[in-house]
Amino acid sequence: MLGATPLLADVGYQSNWVSILGEPFMRNAFIGGVLVALAGGLIGYFVVIREGEFAAHALGHIGFPGATGAVLLGLSPTLGLAVFCIGGALVIGALGQRAREQAVATGTILAFATGLGVLFASLASRSTSTLTNVLFGNLLAISAGQIAVFAGVTVLIAAVLAVVARPLTLASVNPEVAAAKGLPVRALSICFLVLMALATTMAVQVVGTLLLFALLVTPPATALRLTARPARVCGLATAIGLVSVVAGLVISVMFNLPPSFFIVSIATLIWAITTAVTR
Amino acid sequence: MIGTDRPAAVALRGAAAELGGRTIWSHGSFEVPTGGMVCVIGPNGSGKTTLLRMLLGMVPPSSGEVDVLGAPARQGNPRIGYVPQRFGDTVGSAITGRDLVRLGHTGTRWGLGRSVDDESRVDAALDAVAGSEFAAQRLSTLSGGQQQRIAIAQALVGDPELLLLDEPLANLDLRNQREIVDLLAELRVTRGVTVVVVVHDLNPFLPHLSGVVYLLDGHPHYGPIGEVVDEELLTHLYGTQVRVVRTAQGDLFTGSG
Repeated sequence: MLGATPLLADVGYQSNWVSILGEPFMRNAFIGGVLVALAGGLIGYFVVIREGEFAAHALGHIGFPGATGAVLLGLSPTLGLAVFCIGGALVIGALGQRAREQAVATGTILAFATGLGVLFASLASRSTSTLTNVLFGNLLAISAGQIAVFAGVTVLIAAVLAVVARPLTLASVNPEVAAAKGLPVRALSICFLVLMALATTMAVQVVGTLLLFALLVTPPATALRLTARPARVCGLATAIGLVSVVAGLVISVMFNLPPSFFIVSIATLIWAITTAVTR
Repeated sequence: MIGTDRPAAVALRGAAAELGGRTIWSHGSFEVPTGGMVCVIGPNGSGKTTLLRMLLGMVPPSSGEVDVLGAPARQGNPRIGYVPQRFGDTVGSAITGRDLVRLGHTGTRWGLGRSVDDESRVDAALDAVAGSEFAAQRLSTLSGGQQQRIAIAQALVGDPELLLLDEPLANLDLRNQREIVDLLAELRVTRGVTVVVVVHDLNPFLPHLSGVVYLLDGHPHYGPIGEVVDEELLTHLYGTQVRVVRTAQGDLFTGSG
């Protein structure tokens, strides 16, 4: 129809994409993305062997009102996100040790938290960009301050996992044997959930609440189809996360589209091909 | 070998078990000598698994004393190897048999340190259960019998003196049941390990049994074989007619009706 406004935004190849890649915000985006892929790869093996996929998904949603609520109070959304994710992890940990015991309660809290997030977002009328960023992530808006936090959190996750790796693995696959051996099974469960909450806090800022599954669960689940050796799963999951983040960023700059879409698409593509080949 | 110089593998003195304020059983006073193969039998809900968990230190006795290998029962006793019920259920497809066996030895170790004999211990445990061939596979791809061998290897890897198993024959076909029983009997001889098994069916174990712990009328008792496998007792125990048959080979069989 003549005079109608085109609904499709201006999508096309950006001929200057190489120079955009050299901008400081792009450097932050790459470093932030790489750190999240590392953290996700490290924790991912445990997410999958503990059947913690749903808890990971839920923690992202539980963080949502934390971020929007923090904006309402004039605080840092990252801080609100972290507080709510860790609080959520402690609540889920208190509910039960195995994923199945936690499912209904976790889902209920997830729904409530999402509702709370919507309320907070509507109260803070001028923060629609925060809402979009929390839900879908915005890697291109990662600041130098956030990078420093990401680096610290990634080192913390790696350090804690280095200490608890074997007891956590035994407590995850043979909880009865672990308890008989005198391991603190419940404390290990809560420790794992807090580490996952930290990784979630990072991943939400990169791909958002709604898409973080693609960075925390899809890479290790894909890696597990190829190998069952824990160290290789961590390495392969990290590699898949890195490829998704880096390639996703480059393509998003080439076509001036949100990186979250491409990051998630690449991770999904790798998962789909691996699943088809290893079937 | 049943020697009087060695402390009993299991000794209860006036022990009682309580779960959630309810007495499961009481007045448990008996000794199981070391070196034997002993089954724990009793009707459903009589507290067989609770007794096992008490030996593991996971359930403290509400009264009385429980000694294992001459010392009070406690969690994290490296002299006990434990094979829980439905070992494979919580494992999923994310781990190989060999890694599971290794965790039996390294799973309580904090940090990333390795010791030189980790792998040779795993090899020895896998050899003992004839599991080396399939240990590299994921547990979920193994048969029920193979999974049970991995579970036993995981319990053996720490060189225990007492092996506790909870319903190790559940969901196994007859051939695999016989193979697991023969394996346990062999381990008792070659490794000198005392084997205590919670079962709901005594039959597969009868050829190798040295004694039975039976939970009857709310009290656990121990009887050496010969004394305990008695038609009247078994009938009373299960609440259904049980027959004891002595075959030409001297084997004892119990059957319903």
